[in-house]
Amino acid sequence: MSVWTRIVGWAVLIFGLLYFFLPLSGLFEFSLKARRGVYSFDAYREVFADPQFQATFTYSVVMALVTIVIGILIVVPTAFWVRLKMPWARPYVEFLTLLPLVIPAIVVVFGYIRLYNTASWLPLTGSIFGTNTLLAFGYTILALPYMYRAVDTGLRTIDVATLTEAAQILGAGWFTILRRVILPNVVPAVLSGAFLTFAIVIGEFTLAALLDRPAFGPYLQRIGANKAYEPFALSVIAFTITWACLALIQFVSRFSKAAPARH
Amino acid sequence: MNQAPPVPRLRLNFTWLGLMPFVIFVGLFLVLPTMHIVIGAFQTPEGTFTLQNILDLNSGTIPSSYWISIKVSVASAAIGCLVGFGMAAAVTFRAVPRWIRSPLMTFSGVASNFAGVPLAFAFLATLGPVGLVTVMLRQNFGIVLQRDLGFNILSFWGLTITYLFFQIPLMILIITPALEGLRREWREAAEVLGATGMQYWRMVALPILFPSLLGTFALLFANSFGAVATAYALTGSSLNIIPIQLFAQIRGDVLGNPNLGYAMAFGMIVVTAIANVVYIWLRIRAERWLK
Repeated sequence: MSVWTRIVGWAVLIFGLLYFFLPLSGLFEFSLKARRGVYSFDAYREVFADPQFQATFTYSVVMALVTIVIGILIVVPTAFWVRLKMPWARPYVEFLTLLPLVIPAIVVVFGYIRLYNTASWLPLTGSIFGTNTLLAFGYTILALPYMYRAVDTGLRTIDVATLTEAAQILGAGWFTILRRVILPNVVPAVLSGAFLTFAIVIGEFTLAALLDRPAFGPYLQRIGANKAYEPFALSVIAFTITWACLALIQFVSRFSKAAPARH
Repeated sequence: MNQAPPVPRLRLNFTWLGLMPFVIFVGLFLVLPTMHIVIGAFQTPEGTFTLQNILDLNSGTIPSSYWISIKVSVASAAIGCLVGFGMAAAVTFRAVPRWIRSPLMTFSGVASNFAGVPLAFAFLATLGPVGLVTVMLRQNFGIVLQRDLGFNILSFWGLTITYLFFQIPLMILIITPALEGLRREWREAAEVLGATGMQYWRMVALPILFPSLLGTFALLFANSFGAVATAYALTGSSLNIIPIQLFAQIRGDVLGNPNLGYAMAFGMIVVTAIANVVYIWLRIRAERWLK
């Protein structure tokens, strides 16, 4: 390994690290500048005191939790069934789960608005509850590629067929098998899918803005257009939450590698 | 023991029923809405077939919107590929200590998922008119970004630089396994045959990596092409990229023919679909070498 290779290697790496950390420190520094001349947490105090922040943030958290539950209900039985009974269908199911990466979210929500409007056969956007449901379904679709891959990877590590047969011999029905045998064995995988879903939903902008729901993402954008320092404090909060979620995924996946799957 | 063989009973197979919840859900909330857009792109408001909407894409600001979107996506994908490749190579070929690999991969996994409104604010706070780097350059080096370098965060380059924040980590994540798949034997074989380091890269390593590189480029391209939130928060509607144009169209800011909106959305699907088909095709080719 020549000296030059090392120098170039370090140069590239340092450039990359600066690229990642400068914006983060810039953001944090700026969020502290609300009071002239000194650093302070004034912007954060403003933000936390804003009832709109509390409302939109709560809304997004609830949305994220609902999305996670729907995602688990859809993905776990499907991935289980495909592994157990229909291995030939795997490429097709995988293809469907990857579609949300191909079709931009803005196109999907445009379709929702046109297809499920008040004049249609399923007027979901006609009521607040309906729109909320539609938004949760939309988020489930956005998170589908990550959720499916996480759960499918988790199922690969356990012997689905044997576990199912054993449970059936003991008289368990499909629901019991899923809830008491399969799900507990893929908890780390489900959790990592769940945290990623949470991170995606909490700051999501496009769907919430176009379906006109009071979520955190559109609130952040609106504040950004009107206030000086608060949006930066809000962004720090959003960053922290996202990174905490993703750090938890790392933690959970390491933890699960250390502990053998329960058979 | 002369039992007749069991009469083959007609057994209906209900296994497929287990997939129905998933298929119905994806059908209703992904496939149908998309089909609705695609079909609508070829219909008049009255519902008869027409190519007029597609032809109308060639009017007003729409072609320039597509063009600037494609330019931003190409630029951020190309630079993302280059820098990401450099960083991945530095770590894989031990130009920097080995322990950096694990934190770098973890960090890339996190950063590649980070887009949206907060990212826009991070770059405003760094390279905006009173951002950290802007002020530092002005006070310490007397360089005014806007005046001396013609740089403005609310521009083509501003958006590209912002997108690179998630493009570079995505590249690192995808290309590192490919780089690690380059066998030591190949390099040794090349050296035994008298190849220089340059020749090894030009004639062995790069041809093997080429599908992976180009494929990742396509993925990065699609990744930035569909992004709305970052650009919207960063530039408002001052930079007319196609997702923002479509956003305005849906919002009703630009009141016009809804079927033209369908056509714009259809055009986006076509562009990202082409990029993804290229990615998948090249990936299949690349995997032949990485077994």
